[in-house]
Amino acid sequence: MTPMIVALDVRKTFGPLKALDGVSLEVARGEVVCVIGPSGSGKSTFLRCINQLERIDGGAIWVNGELIGYRREGDRLFPLSDREVARQRLASGMVFQRFNLFAHLTVLQNIIEGPVTVLRRPRPEAVAEAMALLERVGLADKRESYPAELSGGQQQRIAIARALAMKPEILLFDEPTSALDPELVGDVLAVMRDLARGGMTMVVVTHELGFAREVANRVVFMDRGRVVEQGPPATLLSNPSHARTREFIAAVLP
Amino acid sequence: MSGPAVAAPGGPAGVSPYEIAHLTHVRPKHYGRWIAAALVLAAFAAVVKAFVEGQIAWAVVGQFLTASAILSGLVNTVAMTVWAMALGVALGVLFAIMVMSPNPVLRWLARFYIWFFRGTPLLLQLLLWFNLALVFPRIGIPGLIEWRTVDVMTPFMATLLGLGINQGAYTAEVVRGGILSVDPGQTEAAKTIGMTRLTTLRRIVLPQAMRVIIPPVGNEVISMVKLTSVASVIQYSEILRNAQTIYFANARVIELLIVAAIWYLAVVTVLTVGQHLLERRFARGGRTQPRPEAGAEGAQA
Repeated sequence: MTPMIVALDVRKTFGPLKALDGVSLEVARGEVVCVIGPSGSGKSTFLRCINQLERIDGGAIWVNGELIGYRREGDRLFPLSDREVARQRLASGMVFQRFNLFAHLTVLQNIIEGPVTVLRRPRPEAVAEAMALLERVGLADKRESYPAELSGGQQQRIAIARALAMKPEILLFDEPTSALDPELVGDVLAVMRDLARGGMTMVVVTHELGFAREVANRVVFMDRGRVVEQGPPATLLSNPSHARTREFIAAVLP
Repeated sequence: MSGPAVAAPGGPAGVSPYEIAHLTHVRPKHYGRWIAAALVLAAFAAVVKAFVEGQIAWAVVGQFLTASAILSGLVNTVAMTVWAMALGVALGVLFAIMVMSPNPVLRWLARFYIWFFRGTPLLLQLLLWFNLALVFPRIGIPGLIEWRTVDVMTPFMATLLGLGINQGAYTAEVVRGGILSVDPGQTEAAKTIGMTRLTTLRRIVLPQAMRVIIPPVGNEVISMVKLTSVASVIQYSEILRNAQTIYFANARVIELLIVAAIWYLAVVTVLTVGQHLLERRFARGGRTQPRPEAGAEGAQA
């Protein structure tokens, strides 16, 4: 079976900064991978390359067997059009640190916007599915609220529902709990745990080592634009082989 | 006994100065405000009296207020405001998108447009359009269809192009500011659900930019109502020009100018109310950033 994500020697620079310095990673179907590392290590940038919010400068990424961002003809890679990139993005859903719910739309409108506008699904069908998703994240009573009327934890659960409404093959989480008050983190993690149990392929950039230990199949430690080491959570978090990993875990764990 | 047991200095002997239950608060008198208001009212009354007793035939004002030439001028003024604003907003959105485009040619062209039409007087632009026939005696698509420029460039057409294209240059800057005011996270979120650039702009960015765009554009609509009067110099029969035509005949200059002023005020008043309602509608959703507190969370649990 083809892996869900294959990244080979991915490079990305911002001016003089090498944000990604040759990252290679595979994610299997149904696998939950947590990416940890200090800020500036390139973990968020890598996530944003997978769904083409950033264009990579070198290497290649395949999502569900399809080369992303480029069309290969012989030995040459031609960049894809805006429309083709938009189509490829449908394979992955993304949950942001700052939620990024559409501020001018209600909760329900936020969730059905993609299915109705992009996928051209009939509205009643999209609404029915959105309501089922809202039940799943425990916020069915908030369907007519605007994002600004909700707490951070509620907004993030709506953001997860919005991503799920597109029926993606992968969910990408970019520090989904970092902007939340501590007492609201649990609700969001509970929804993510539920998704992982349901077999969703997930790549989670996070500082929640507890969540990584409990839910992840594999933990990846990144530093200075590189994958330093990876392995099962028990091994990597309790008995890391690199000094840099040990330092980081010691600094993060309370 | 309330208050400290020790008597503070200043009170009558035997009564604690901290005994306050019997005290009355006296409201401040604000004599200054009364005097200022009286002075301003007196001055205003003097001005009103001067106009009432001055050589203004108020009966003539009443008589011409609903004259057919004035009303048709009013209709033309309002129609021109609507058309010129529509053209201005359409061009404004188009050129704002061009200015922000990754294509340098589009960007450069849009900057040139804004530079040129903001940098020359509106009156000059109107005269240019109106006299276009001096440059191009005939216009159209060569070999396919052609008109004599003087037939096409009527006062209406010249005014519409002059006001609309000029307005577009100002609106482009307003729209650009509006688009920049929308959190980039909104665009990213739209991309992740598979929207193309254009769909993102139409469905997500522009509706939110409206909150920033509507107030200045509302002000510009109000300005436009009055700007249309400039078209009187190229014979577009809006309300001021029709008022002038009448007073050239009957010499009731001030009376007819008052008639025009009353109608401008009426239209602007209606528009001000409309602007207020529109701003309320686009305030939906409000802030992009989440509230830090968790109040709503507790209510839901």
